Amino acid sequence: MILEQYDVLKDDMIQILSPNGEIVKEDWVPDLDSETLLDIYKTMVYGHIIDEKILQFQRQGRILTYAPNLGQEAAQAGSAYAMKQTDWVASAFRELGVWLRKGAPLYNILLYWYGNEKGMHMPEEVKVLPINVPIASQFQHATGLAYASKYRDEDDVTIAYVGDGGTSQGDFHEALNFAAVNQTPNVFIIQNNQFAISTRRKKQTAVSNLAQKALAYGMPGIQVDGNDALAMYAVTKEAIDRARAGDGPTLIEAYTYRMGAHTTSDDPSIYRDEEEVEEWKEKDPISRMFKYLKNKELWDEEKDEAFRKEKQEFVKDTFKEVEDSGLVPIEEVFGHIYETMPSGLKEQMEKRNKEAK
Amino acid sequence: MATLNLIQALNNAMDLAMDKDSSIVVFGEDVGYEGGVFRATKGLQEKYGEKRCFDSVLAESSIIGSGIGMAINGLRPIVEIQFSGFMFPGYNQMVAHAARMRNRSRGLYTVPMVIRMPYGGGVRALEHHSESLEVLFAHIPGLKVVIPSTPYDAKGLMIAAIEDPDPVIFLEPKRIYRAFKQEIPDDYYTVPIGKAKVIEKGEDITVVSWGAMVRDTQKAIDAVKEKGYSVEHIDLRTISPIDYETIIKSVKKTGRFAVVHEAIQTYGPGAELIAGVQEKAFLHLEAPPTRVTAPDIIVPLPKGEHHHLPSVDIIEKVLIEVIEF
Repeated sequence: MILEQYDVLKDDMIQILSPNGEIVKEDWVPDLDSETLLDIYKTMVYGHIIDEKILQFQRQGRILTYAPNLGQEAAQAGSAYAMKQTDWVASAFRELGVWLRKGAPLYNILLYWYGNEKGMHMPEEVKVLPINVPIASQFQHATGLAYASKYRDEDDVTIAYVGDGGTSQGDFHEALNFAAVNQTPNVFIIQNNQFAISTRRKKQTAVSNLAQKALAYGMPGIQVDGNDALAMYAVTKEAIDRARAGDGPTLIEAYTYRMGAHTTSDDPSIYRDEEEVEEWKEKDPISRMFKYLKNKELWDEEKDEAFRKEKQEFVKDTFKEVEDSGLVPIEEVFGHIYETMPSGLKEQMEKRNKEAK
Repeated sequence: MATLNLIQALNNAMDLAMDKDSSIVVFGEDVGYEGGVFRATKGLQEKYGEKRCFDSVLAESSIIGSGIGMAINGLRPIVEIQFSGFMFPGYNQMVAHAARMRNRSRGLYTVPMVIRMPYGGGVRALEHHSESLEVLFAHIPGLKVVIPSTPYDAKGLMIAAIEDPDPVIFLEPKRIYRAFKQEIPDDYYTVPIGKAKVIEKGEDITVVSWGAMVRDTQKAIDAVKEKGYSVEHIDLRTISPIDYETIIKSVKKTGRFAVVHEAIQTYGPGAELIAGVQEKAFLHLEAPPTRVTAPDIIVPLPKGEHHHLPSVDIIEKVLIEVIEF
């Protein structure tokens, strides 16, 4: 067990797969069949392609703001494959790989970013709360979701994601505290991508690794190489198993790097050097996993290219469908404020309709 | 029938609802073992266990935020904010999430949760214990805001709020928690949210009030009646959504309108009600609609609080002015 052997105060970072795709810790290699290993890899690549395509659509003026996940593919897909389908996720807005793993249709994801809330009406079995913009506030929802699962003696675990900046929010602390006090089945994952927009991780907190924050609440904390999908899987799996067994919450820091901008409205060249970005390219999560799978003779360049092509086409076609969805009718924006529209609101809708004509 | 005061009626409502629906959980600061600082949840932990009625950690955002998660995942939380003046750390969760989850997910995830808060002045309390903040909730699409003024309504509105599919802010006028008792049915019953109540019929002026101000307003009305006038008194009961149907029907009959509230004046609930009356019944008005409110000051500590709440005398004076305009 990795968690049992780990001492968060020693500042060690759990790594299983080195940047050149070699296993560095044989004992910890998760017991995954070839199919799952490939699925994790494919989800990472698929997410990367979606990001690239959306950024392209954005430059073409076909979509507005978007928050890309580039560089964080392993932190997302690796952890997400440790979940079971009925587990809940409370996400922020940079967890594309998790959405994909949980079965969110690409159409829905693109529709949301295109500017239509309807995209967040996911199929019920996805069980990921909608994109959550106010930083860290979703952590509180995660504790409530988990409390309800435990209340009904169901074994679902709730996994919540936040960024490094989010660890400064009161909601982050309150949620960890609630989870530890009530021993709710929660796993909290910090995607430490080193930046809160432009503010560096060291400006958020003086602690030497973010996982140490767990100590103050009486739960285990562990720092993981977030660009190593195997390490992310292995540690998240242990944490989820712990939670499912009724042994309480865990805090995981996924140490990674945001290769792209915060959102398409941001220009990272203002606050960081290209040199630093180049250094992180060496640690790229996708090429690392590719090398590993190629060494195992599970995957090769040819298959990779075919897969990428297929996904690029699919994203392109799906986005076209999204573009055909048009504007949102007035009944949609008035119709989901309450279950039953109050008469005063109905009056306003009718008035607006009349005035617009 | 039992004779209960307002806080006992609330306790009775939660008890009956918990008995009927095992998805209801009750929590907040000190609500479990102690039964709440006002004893609204007295006996519930003993009867239903700690899993269903518990002391939360001392963090308002956690109380609201975890309640949201529970509601999404099939529970029906009734949470208590100890005093409405302390709700601000939880306000983000109410406004950013409780109110919006239905819309954000286009109906996939909803938040059937009751957020209880003792509110209002006149109890000679420390700072932050006397505010009337109903407009801060009523201004938020997605929230409903309810304020009872009697034990009967408190019980019926509480059960209706628990059954409601949307988040309900349940403001409890703590000044009258124990002010009087009323005979109310033992059974499970609801009072509909969104319906005002005409508590006295009259011809010369329509007066709207709610919460603890209903009693003060009624005293003023009794004095006005002694001068030979007839007054229609409406207890608004639900601050949002507003029951304009009842109000406008009355104003069209009386031709005069006044609203009494202990929230402060500027952008207060009276501003909306008067604007609504002007929009919907302007040609029926025989005098300018008027509001009797607290002034735009911070609620003073006890020795200065008499400058804040509108007194019975002030209400009476204003009503006469409108009637004799």
